[in-house]
Amino acid sequence: MTLQVSLKHRFAGFDLDVAFEAPSGVTALFGRSGSGKTTVINAVAGLLRPDQGHVTADGITLLDRSRGIDLPPYLRRVGYVFQDSRLFPHLTVRQNLLYGRWFAPKGPGVSFDRIVELLDIAPLLSRRPGTLSGGEKQRVAIGRAILCNPRLLALDEPLAALDEARKAEILPYLERLRDEVRLPILYVSHAMAEVARLANTVVLMEAGRVAAVGPTAEILSDPDAAPGLGLREAGALLTATVAAQDEDGLTRLDCAAGPLWLPKVAAPLGTSLRIRILAQDVMVAATRPEGTSALNILSATVRDIRHGMGPGTLVRLDAHGETILARITRRSAEALGLTPGKPVFAVLKAVSVAQESVGVKRA
Amino acid sequence: MTDWLTPNEWRAVALSLRVSFWATLVSLPIGLLVAYALARWNFWGKQLLNGLVHLPLILPPVVTGYLLLITFGRKGTVGQYLDQWFGIVFAFRWTGAALAAAVMAFPLMVRAMRLAIEAVDPKLEQAAGTLGASRPWVFLTVTLPLILPGIIAGAILAFAKAMGEFGATITFVSNIPGQTQTLPSAIYAFLQVPGGEGSAARLVWIAIIIAMAALLLSEWVAKAVARRISGQ
Repeated sequence: MTLQVSLKHRFAGFDLDVAFEAPSGVTALFGRSGSGKTTVINAVAGLLRPDQGHVTADGITLLDRSRGIDLPPYLRRVGYVFQDSRLFPHLTVRQNLLYGRWFAPKGPGVSFDRIVELLDIAPLLSRRPGTLSGGEKQRVAIGRAILCNPRLLALDEPLAALDEARKAEILPYLERLRDEVRLPILYVSHAMAEVARLANTVVLMEAGRVAAVGPTAEILSDPDAAPGLGLREAGALLTATVAAQDEDGLTRLDCAAGPLWLPKVAAPLGTSLRIRILAQDVMVAATRPEGTSALNILSATVRDIRHGMGPGTLVRLDAHGETILARITRRSAEALGLTPGKPVFAVLKAVSVAQESVGVKRA
Repeated sequence: MTDWLTPNEWRAVALSLRVSFWATLVSLPIGLLVAYALARWNFWGKQLLNGLVHLPLILPPVVTGYLLLITFGRKGTVGQYLDQWFGIVFAFRWTGAALAAAVMAFPLMVRAMRLAIEAVDPKLEQAAGTLGASRPWVFLTVTLPLILPGIIAGAILAFAKAMGEFGATITFVSNIPGQTQTLPSAIYAFLQVPGGEGSAARLVWIAIIIAMAALLLSEWVAKAVARRISGQ
């Protein structure tokens, strides 16, 4: 099941012109504020009528302005999760969750009990929205959107209004959702940490245009996309398995690039994880460093080098099939004589990988 | 139960209750539509409609009554056709008193409802739409429950105003005992004849009690519904 989107819309002083295809799984619309992300999902959900556009989901045309097709929101069945949750204040949590059921076509949707369990909201069912915390509200809003049996889910910065602790509370639920509910999910965000953890596909947006589309790991480690992502956010995404929990509190993860030791990752052995390694946390050495405190030293070859406008350089490394991105100075790159194909070592401090950039990924 | 009121006094009270009840009930849907239009829609002549609705509030009631008479009287511009085509007569009937009360109470009702509608966040209605609810369903399941306190407040306010309406009523449908002599008209009539003070005083007390009861009831209902709607 895929979603095809092509839209043109002219605002005062801003042109939107995008086209992309979203396969099943989470497709993140990533970009700065004002790049047109929310406009895109509003047009998909029918909350905004673009000047020109074509949207099909699951082979069903939701919008085709050239043929005069423009389904109203209630017929599009795009489960929308708003930034400000928008729960109905006069209804209980249970009634909010069941609201869409009234209107949904009868069919095999996800069961109410399953969603309540998945989002851990059973204790909230008889409460009213006014008494919920921000994180709880957002979980209920997500459940409400899924339970209307939608063709796809559209989440508009669902975590943006929450503090860091609440974000960390909700992210695991979104991961479970992605892995268990077979729905295409459009996820608007300007937070790279969320995108790195959740997205299967990234649509990178800049000033109303699509700057890049592709699998998350590829886009995140693409030096060409780095300026759009923000240099501090550029980095690689590795898929690893929990291999051992060492006694001194470190966790050994195995990935194609080799073993990695990270501060304790609380996950059972064999769990598949995605780990985000920021380019600025990776050092490059021409010879295997000796006598260093860094625990993670991976052998790799240089794939390509991209000099920035300033003194910085992004080096893309190939570590036994995994891509690693390193951000170093141009001076160092020249001193080391880095050229494509040169064997090097990527050095990563164990503590550099923040807990929030380790996400659970189920098969 | 009627022995503490004379039949004439009792008739006036019963008539006032009936007139106010029907005036309120019939203007509810119209008031809701007008309030919704004023709160949400942009259309040509919106200010004109707003002015018309509020006119009875600022015009001398006797002017409103006179306008009703020349419009809905038996020879009135609209009244004659209502009589010919549907056999509906307002002039010198209790229905005329109800019409006068409804017109006079209408601005109060619309005002309360309009404020309630303006307080509803359209984003909630938008959310309901994405969950599969069509416009009428959105109105019934989201908008209506949220503006219920305003509707109730508007209705009670209108009822109380209708109970007290005097000037337009007496101008439009006169002061016929049992037909158009409402509570205020009866008080006025009793005060015009020697020895009527006792009757007037009893009716005054009833008017005060009904007005106070309506006010307390509206406060209580509005609070209860507001608590429910605030999501607490």
